[in-house]
Amino acid sequence: MSAAAADIAGQPTTTSGRIVRFLTSWAGRITVFVVCVVWTVPTVGLLVSSFRPADEVRRTGWWTVLGDPDFTLQNYRDVLKSGPSGDMWTAFINSLTITVPAVVIPIAIAAFAAYAFAWMRFPGRQWLFIVVVGLLVVPLHLTLVPLLQAFTSGVDVFGVRVIPDLNLTGKYVSVWLAHTAFGLPLAVYLLYNYIGSLPRDIFEAARIDGADHFTIFWRLVLPLSVPALAAYAIFQFLWVWNDFLVATVFIGTSPDAAPMTVRLAQLVGSRGQDQHLLTAGAFLTMALPLVVFFSLQRYFVRGLLAGSVKG
Amino acid sequence: MSDLGEDIDRDGAPATPDDRIVAESPVAELAVVAAKAPGRWRGWVIAAAAVLAVVLLIVLGLTESAIAIAIGVGSAAVYFVAVNKIIDRFSDPVQDRLRPWAFVAPVLLFLFLFLLVPAIRTIYISLFDRNGDFIWFRNYTDMFSDDGMRIVFRNNLFWIVGVTTASTLFGLLMAVLADRVKHESLAKSLVFLPMAISFVGASVIWRFIYDSSRLADESQIGLLNAIWVGLGNDPVFWLLERPWNNFLLIVVMIWMQTGFAMVVLSSAIKGVPTELLEAARIDGANEWKVFRHVTLPSIAGTLAVVITTTIITVLKVFDIPRVMTGGRSETSVIANEMINAIGFGQQERAGALAVLLFVAVIPILIYNIRRFRREESMR
Amino acid sequence: MAEVVLEHIVKRYPNGFQAITDLNLSIEDGEFLVLVGPSGCGKSTALRMVAGLETITEGVLRIGDRVVNDVPPKDRDIAMVFQNYALYPHMSVFDNIAFALKLAKVPKDEIARRVQEAARVLELSPYLDRKPAQLSGGQRQRVAMGRAIVRQPAAFLMDEPLSNLDAKLRVQMRAEIARIQKNLGVTTLYVTHDQVEAMTMGDRVAVLSAGVLQQVDAPQTLYDRPANIFVGGFIGSPAMNLIESRVVELDGGLGVTIGSRTVRLPDAVLAQRPGLRAHAGQPIVLGIRPEDLEDALLAPAPDDQRLKATVTLVEALGSELVVHLSLDIRTVASGDPDALAAVGLEAAPGQGVMVARFNPRSQVRLADDVEVTVDTERLHFFDAATGQAIWQDATVTV
Repeated sequence: MSAAAADIAGQPTTTSGRIVRFLTSWAGRITVFVVCVVWTVPTVGLLVSSFRPADEVRRTGWWTVLGDPDFTLQNYRDVLKSGPSGDMWTAFINSLTITVPAVVIPIAIAAFAAYAFAWMRFPGRQWLFIVVVGLLVVPLHLTLVPLLQAFTSGVDVFGVRVIPDLNLTGKYVSVWLAHTAFGLPLAVYLLYNYIGSLPRDIFEAARIDGADHFTIFWRLVLPLSVPALAAYAIFQFLWVWNDFLVATVFIGTSPDAAPMTVRLAQLVGSRGQDQHLLTAGAFLTMALPLVVFFSLQRYFVRGLLAGSVKG
Repeated sequence: MSDLGEDIDRDGAPATPDDRIVAESPVAELAVVAAKAPGRWRGWVIAAAAVLAVVLLIVLGLTESAIAIAIGVGSAAVYFVAVNKIIDRFSDPVQDRLRPWAFVAPVLLFLFLFLLVPAIRTIYISLFDRNGDFIWFRNYTDMFSDDGMRIVFRNNLFWIVGVTTASTLFGLLMAVLADRVKHESLAKSLVFLPMAISFVGASVIWRFIYDSSRLADESQIGLLNAIWVGLGNDPVFWLLERPWNNFLLIVVMIWMQTGFAMVVLSSAIKGVPTELLEAARIDGANEWKVFRHVTLPSIAGTLAVVITTTIITVLKVFDIPRVMTGGRSETSVIANEMINAIGFGQQERAGALAVLLFVAVIPILIYNIRRFRREESMR
Repeated sequence: MAEVVLEHIVKRYPNGFQAITDLNLSIEDGEFLVLVGPSGCGKSTALRMVAGLETITEGVLRIGDRVVNDVPPKDRDIAMVFQNYALYPHMSVFDNIAFALKLAKVPKDEIARRVQEAARVLELSPYLDRKPAQLSGGQRQRVAMGRAIVRQPAAFLMDEPLSNLDAKLRVQMRAEIARIQKNLGVTTLYVTHDQVEAMTMGDRVAVLSAGVLQQVDAPQTLYDRPANIFVGGFIGSPAMNLIESRVVELDGGLGVTIGSRTVRLPDAVLAQRPGLRAHAGQPIVLGIRPEDLEDALLAPAPDDQRLKATVTLVEALGSELVVHLSLDIRTVASGDPDALAAVGLEAAPGQGVMVARFNPRSQVRLADDVEVTVDTERLHFFDAATGQAIWQDATVTV
């Protein structure tokens, strides 16, 4: 139901109600406007600054462009080309390299499990599901130290070398595996909610029509789950793209491998001359997520809402 | 009815279209239409899309990535198809007992290897000191008696309370108000936008606002100092002012989290049946009473989810203090200390800090488990 | 085409609840059998057991010559039409109907032929490319039927397929379904809670209550000769009036009490129901169908066939008047959990209400005292203790 329709349906008709409605509509609109402005100004400030020449940025606030516009693309050029600590373009490619598999692989694995939890019967189903989803809450900080050890220097189990000394620092395999594992509880939860709410008689009809579980999954569940898959994909994409923790711990700051978040943090840490690159660099890190976010907002929101809205 | 809106109701008809929470998207529609292409073509459409994607990745120089996806998805596909074929050889009752495990095994394996085992090991490590001696909970007691750490704990408390209350309240406010405004979806998108930005990016944005590199007689470049100086004061080193600098950092996260609270609460509020509101009004309640006695109780469950999710997210944050102040000037939080400890090779201390984060989250874990079990029993 | 036989079927759930008790039903090849009963009586459970969607706790289920207790649904050669149609939302009508055939690896041209044929029969040909979302309720229902028809199964199973349609459509589809079934000659088990559907569609109707089969007979037999109080009260709308009564010996015959009056029973009735003699002097439950009560002014009758009553409600339907009458009787519940106990609320204390169907020319009005003629040849008699109908010396059993 559109906002307007809902509005009309639930309107108060008492005098106090109407007064309140009048007041709140004006006060409300102003408040909303103010909040929106306050919420947008920081980002706008950054965007404007990124187009200003470096010395301008150092001397005057970005709002001065309103009276004295002076724009340049130099910051962007500088931040994209190679420097002693790497450049944003490589970092962009790295971010993409890390993110895409980390989005696609969890889906491939979790979808089957979600279907099994939703529609198959097996002992311990409820408890296992609770464990899987309970892990959503567990902070991944709890797993970092041993994982880091395992990836860099291998793992011994009771004196038997189970995982060899692969020295995977700075390589992506560790990050892909970590992000896949960290992303599984949410994937299972989201997909389980959605797949579980598909009408039961569709499955029964399919069983009577002669389909086995795998066919049902492949031909019915997957196509019908597209909204849920999309919602999760966006979620996971944003999460991994914007991730700093896992990247820092497993990849470190090597110039060839660091993703955008790490590169940006490095820029912040540096003093002096590189400061003006921050604005452009920061905005570049946001560019793709913002595009993804704007074009696929509806699914992102659905992902958020799935399981969040409770009576 | 699925929370993910759209799609099917009991009759196979699309459910009533979801709220105009956020703007529509032609790109998404295309993708969805493609995925739902008629059966005969669907296979080809998906295959074409897949080939296109791989080519794109390779062109961008992401061969590694393309290979990773191919291997990852490929092995998953091979595993499932193969396992199903094997299971199909057994008799029906045996099939029914084996197949669920086949479907669930990969997830369980991953979670076991990469979450469960490391988590337990971290707890184990935290009980040792750096010489490898078993010291029980000394790591923890040492932390609690350290003044520096006490300040860190205090900061975490500031964060939890500050971010949760402020973002929930602002979110609620916006959810209620934006409902009645003409450009509802635009307003919501704007407030929601910061969620798409990384914490690091947000920190950079707000660093500029808090900038204090300019002297009293020079023009200010940071928005906050500009306003402050404009009101007739001298510029302040905002990020050094203890303990207020903590709150300045907290503001950054409030800026980001409010969108989440707003979207979720807005959906919940719209879900309150209008008949309830009308009945309350007829019974004589004014608007505030209606809100307090009808709307709020109806969304209580959702409020709980928003609050618990925010708390969990807040505990994980370390990027903001790290990037903005490096954790100095008494602004560090537990997560930040942990990353520092890893950097210094202090495994045990890092482990203890991680365990502390986990312990803080346990009440929420229990609450969530109870919630799941209740929902499960209603299925 | 095959017969479906249920022998001593029992369904017990793990928590101990017994949904179906000793169900014996034999559906002839090509027969349309309706399973009817109030909500919760177990009829859907019984149907699902035949489908293979529920396990059978005890008993034997046969389809054709095979025992199919442990055979999975897809191998039972049955097709099912669901209450909510269960159409695959992302597939076109054609694909929905063709799905099962595709799974059975039927060759493509054969599939096309069969689907086109089914679409023709159901008048769905112009809609083959549409998705379920683009169809009306009635059309979706027909697609669900098409899906079942095209498989040419041994038996059709239908689970309240008409309950989601509006009244007018329902009447139309009733006739459609019956016609299609006659043409195809497929054994059909049809479940509904609507006794009008049951009466109009079935070759035979099986009445179920609380998991126990009450009676299975042709519709008219069910109506004229209910086996017990439940069937009597369940079949027929408005429901049969059930009142406490007593068999009384009169000179030369028997009578029954209705309130303070005694009504003489004709000899024909005594001949049909010799068991009544054994009940002389004992309490029974008397059943009077509303159409067997008439305004005495329009249907003159001797004194010992008339009752005095007060009118508490008149509903003018045009073709008849439904009149609620309050008199000094005590009514009996039929055991149907869905039956409204509201009839009787308007009675004065100490009295009970009977529902009658008067000729539309009757002039009765609210609060009138009227005389009512009872058609004594069409009374129903039930044992007060067992609820069974009284016929021979032993009571009629199913």
